[in-house]
Amino acid sequence: MPALLEAQRLYRYYGKHCAVNDVSFTLRQGEVLGFLGPNGAGKTTTMQMLCGVLAPSAGRIHINGFDLLAQPIPAKQQLGVCPDTPPLYRELTVVEFLAYCAQLHGLNPRQIRPAIDRAIQRCGLTTVHRRLIAHLSKGFQQRVGIAQAILHNPDIIILDEPTVGLDPLQISEIRSLIRELGHDHGIILSTHRLSEVQESCTHVQIIHQGRLILNESIAALNQLMDTGIVQITTRLEADVGLLSAIPGINAVENLTENRIRIHYSVTSNPIPRLTETIINAGWELQELTPVKKSMEDLFISLIRDNEP
Amino acid sequence: MKLFVIASREFKTLFLSPVAWTILAIMQLLFAYLFLTQLETFIRLQPKLAVIENSPGLSDIVVPPLFGNAGIILLLVTPLLTMSLICGERRNKTLSLLLSAPVSSMDIIVGKYLGVLGLLLLIVSLLTAMPLSLLAGGELDMGKLLANILALSLLVSAFAAVGLYLSTIASHPVLAAMGSFGLLLLLWILDWTTGITDQRSPLFEYLSILRHFQNLQSGLLNSVDIVYFLLFISGFLLLSIRSLDQGRRQP
Repeated sequence: MPALLEAQRLYRYYGKHCAVNDVSFTLRQGEVLGFLGPNGAGKTTTMQMLCGVLAPSAGRIHINGFDLLAQPIPAKQQLGVCPDTPPLYRELTVVEFLAYCAQLHGLNPRQIRPAIDRAIQRCGLTTVHRRLIAHLSKGFQQRVGIAQAILHNPDIIILDEPTVGLDPLQISEIRSLIRELGHDHGIILSTHRLSEVQESCTHVQIIHQGRLILNESIAALNQLMDTGIVQITTRLEADVGLLSAIPGINAVENLTENRIRIHYSVTSNPIPRLTETIINAGWELQELTPVKKSMEDLFISLIRDNEP
Repeated sequence: MKLFVIASREFKTLFLSPVAWTILAIMQLLFAYLFLTQLETFIRLQPKLAVIENSPGLSDIVVPPLFGNAGIILLLVTPLLTMSLICGERRNKTLSLLLSAPVSSMDIIVGKYLGVLGLLLLIVSLLTAMPLSLLAGGELDMGKLLANILALSLLVSAFAAVGLYLSTIASHPVLAAMGSFGLLLLLWILDWTTGITDQRSPLFEYLSILRHFQNLQSGLLNSVDIVYFLLFISGFLLLSIRSLDQGRRQP
């Protein structure tokens, strides 16, 4: 299958600072590509280059076979973009704004009305479509931004942090919308939340200090994320040496005298052995809490792997 | 044409906020006052003029001063109208909508330009209605009136082009307004020195926007003056397009 979007060796410099350093990847139809990275990693810069807002310092971007720099207009025809701050004209109503966007994308007058109705319905804007954008809550404004990106039914949809500022219900609605769109579009989604990638994406890419340090399918990511963490509180002080001897336990950290944190391999599941050991030793187990693995843990392990 | 989509959106947006209405109202009030003063002057001078042969008529006494003063007022107002054309969008982060849409930089710049020019030409046409009202009881030299309309329209088109360019390069709308006001005022007063001393600088005379404006106002449709304005406008529009393209390359 030909690639919808192909980025080759992208570089972007701000003065002497290199924000994006040799990034290459492809996106095919039916893929939802999660772009992960901490703040300042170069996510937004890469996104802006992909949608033609910024020109790369070096490298090429092909969209549907068109070079984004040499033939920007046909290339952008198949692109729907929602940047981190949705570009909304606050003095317009939702319908007026979407009509303007449809015209900008060259939809013919007969297509505009049905396209707007479909986007409004898909993004759950039916109750507010006659209101001024300035009077909408942040969640609804975010949805108008997404509606604007999918309005002209583009092949490629680029969403920069689409769920920031939404409540949990809205987040799950947006995620299911993304999954639904992912069937017949190619989607690039940037986020700094690992769970979002695990729920909505088929592929994942991690960017750190401007470099891609991981480019894998979601299954491969889950394998990478094999380590789990539990936090344990006991009444008496536990013997760290005894616990680290259990097979499947990678590391033990002392947080306080009675509280320890254990890093373990999920596949070998040492938790039953662990509790058994604690109880048999008579340290009186008071609390055993799984700690959600954060983005930072993954980064730290990846960066450690990448360093020689 | 996408260009007209952007232009009509820009024009309509001006009327969605009180901006356009307020400006139209204030302009109309000022113009009416100027018009009535000029008319008063004519009525006062009329008995004396009647005895002179080939004396200046109604059109000469009312129209050129009215349009000349309107030019000065629009020099103050245009920078305020153009200051946020691009700069405001950049600050509100809405510029990326246009940059990522399948439209060229030329469409964006010319579209924005035509949008704001629409309002300026509306102001000119409302101004024109005042001398036209004199037709009810007198006669006008239509050629002279048309020359003044053309002169003022070219003048505001030039003002808008400068304002748009400054709005493309400035980081804050106030800077854009100050910059375009300063530049326009400089071009306006550039040939004042020729009157004071006997030195003449042909370059300054050519550059002075006021001189070309007054030449056209006098009813002398010289191609030099018209070409000056057309070069001026297209020059600043090209600079704006370049600067918008450059903005994608630089942080």
